[in-house]
Amino acid sequence: MKIRVGLGSCGIAAGGNKVLSLLSEMNENKEIDVEVEVTGCIGMCFYEPIVDVISDDSTTTYGFVDEEMMKRIVSEHINGGLIVKEAVIYTNTKRDNYELAQTKIVLRNCGIINPERIEDYLEVSGYVAFEKALSMEQTKLTEEIKESGLRGRGGAGFPTWYKWEAARKQAGNEKYVVCNADEGDPGAFMDRSILEGDPHSLLEGMMICGYAIGAKEGIIYVRAEYPLAIKRLELAIREAKEKGYLGENILASGFDFEIRIKKGAGAFVCGEETALIESLEGKRGMPRLKPPFPAEVGYWNKPTNINNVETFANVPWIMNNGAKTYSSIGLGKSTGTKVFALSGKIKNGGLVEIPMGMTLREIIFDIGGGIKEDKEFKAVQLGGPSGGCIPKELLDTPVTYEHISETGAIMGSGGMVVMDVGTCMVDVAKFFLDFTCKESCGKCVYCRVGTKRMLEILEKISSGNGVMSDLDELEELAVNVRDGSLCGLGQSAPNPVITGLKYFKDEYIAHIRDKTCEAKVCTELLNYKINDNCTGCTLCARNCPTECIEGQRKEKHIIDQSKCIKCGNCFNVCNFDAVDVY
Amino acid sequence: MCDCKTEKGVNLDLLNPVLDKYQEQGGLINILQETQDIFGYLPKFAMEYIASKSNNKLATIYGVATFYTQFRLNPIGKHLIMQCQGTACHVNGSKDVSRAIQDELGISPGETTEDMLFTLEDVACLGCCSLAPVIMIDDDTYGNLSPKEAVKIVREYRKRGDQDEN
Repeated sequence: MKIRVGLGSCGIAAGGNKVLSLLSEMNENKEIDVEVEVTGCIGMCFYEPIVDVISDDSTTTYGFVDEEMMKRIVSEHINGGLIVKEAVIYTNTKRDNYELAQTKIVLRNCGIINPERIEDYLEVSGYVAFEKALSMEQTKLTEEIKESGLRGRGGAGFPTWYKWEAARKQAGNEKYVVCNADEGDPGAFMDRSILEGDPHSLLEGMMICGYAIGAKEGIIYVRAEYPLAIKRLELAIREAKEKGYLGENILASGFDFEIRIKKGAGAFVCGEETALIESLEGKRGMPRLKPPFPAEVGYWNKPTNINNVETFANVPWIMNNGAKTYSSIGLGKSTGTKVFALSGKIKNGGLVEIPMGMTLREIIFDIGGGIKEDKEFKAVQLGGPSGGCIPKELLDTPVTYEHISETGAIMGSGGMVVMDVGTCMVDVAKFFLDFTCKESCGKCVYCRVGTKRMLEILEKISSGNGVMSDLDELEELAVNVRDGSLCGLGQSAPNPVITGLKYFKDEYIAHIRDKTCEAKVCTELLNYKINDNCTGCTLCARNCPTECIEGQRKEKHIIDQSKCIKCGNCFNVCNFDAVDVY
Repeated sequence: MCDCKTEKGVNLDLLNPVLDKYQEQGGLINILQETQDIFGYLPKFAMEYIASKSNNKLATIYGVATFYTQFRLNPIGKHLIMQCQGTACHVNGSKDVSRAIQDELGISPGETTEDMLFTLEDVACLGCCSLAPVIMIDDDTYGNLSPKEAVKIVREYRKRGDQDEN
């Protein structure tokens, strides 16, 4: 009998560590005698903490396991042999729809193997692809990647083989492989789960790339905000060295390769490859002019190939299963799978890996279970600050690079934030503009000042001071910011506004002309009134910062509209639903 | 984290091993990260010292220190409250949570309470989107928060802080 506890960041945040220490304590006290293992995120964050009970012939996966539930599972299942039915998510014979609809390539090992033990990775054909690669010619390797159709999973979807080939063709042997693990898109955590749950698959992908382009060193640029990922990567690198997969003359092939970690210091723009290189060199992360591309002039001016975590994690699978098998999955020029972090107003938030070509509707409703509290779906946001909101009329859009770009959003790195009727589209655009405005490195005037001006216009609209000509000005600025910026951050910064005006223009107009916010988010456009439910408890009056609520104890209170600053405190504190918002 | 609250209390000798470790070109961010690990922030004296002992101009160091969000130029309180400002938290009401915490502590993001007990910071996505809205206090994550619950949690930390002192 074996117990496996899910300890990704989400599992830990939900209390997974407490369950783990309870189990170790029980083992020490001889209350139980089972092997306890940890694993990474299985993707079903909404069920965390998740615990698997594994015996010779069955696996039972339990969700929402707090300490009390763990004690019950121990007494009833481990000791009594009876499954605790109400806590079961699925078993090896009865799968869950969330699992069944997915195709797992990148996440194949996440939530299954122990990421802190290389033996676990070796058992699932780990490093077999690397050994195979070492026996192949370099050109054959890039051809294999070309045939697979693999494209950059960081967002832009540039063909991976093309970058590899460009770096391979460069003279000299001082070249670098860089992994971009600076996952900065707010609302995306795919890369973190791979790093935490299956670090070796990333290392293996980098090694294969290193051999293919003729590099001797690999660098992983990872966010400092991911301490657990860094810890597991460090351990994985150490183990790979001990086993001889890193170092000199690897597996007697004559190939030397080392990998090291560089901790980022928090700057969204460093997700852009040339800014990332600047940061690697210890400088402010400001993008360089392209061309020359990093494949020619990169880290310390040497040829450098940069790919994202998910891209690298695909590589070993392609080598093991063949490029043809990989390219048979997907739709058109978008082959293979894509991992999405499903969040927002969704019932089952978590990680999903889907074959390219699946529709947004299938992902949100069949896998994600639909909208929280069964409210009405409004839009889905793809691509974070560089992307856009896709409305419900386009829910049947298949997820491919081409189809998503057509809508005006971008595939992005994999953030998929679902919004219901309680989300205001002006507010969402404001949120992203505020983000890009803060994260702009300041090099290009249009990005530095233009995003600020756009943000100011949006603030004007959401506070009820907008005029109709603001919309034209927004559109004009959006085009100029896009055309006048050097890197992807500035070029894509207007996307949330452009898609907003394309699909939700009525909502912008309602804010300007009618001074109303249908979603009741833009507080300055709201009015508060106390209804007959009021018991005169005085709680609202005591919490009003401008003292504009009057009334005797045990009598209905009244808000003085002329003094109300619309902070919403009265609404938030009322225990009797006595404050109406309209 | 160290107790030094004034710049005078900064023990610059602690920086020598760090400077020795990153002598190679391009190590400035590493040096600053480890300096912050030692002092909890980047004291002005420390940056001047790094400039005098390495190949970096003070202006370059200040430029890097102010570019990245990880670096702080002021000491932080005993507890660091990080409010997630990710998209999922935003659409799930992080603004209300943030306002409640700000009202409770009487400070804005980026500031520290006078008693040096709390520092409040806005951070980009913490990556626990399914638990949104989320805050992190020191190493502990709190999810699915309402404004009321957030205030309750902060008050518990304050209570514990008071007990420690008595």
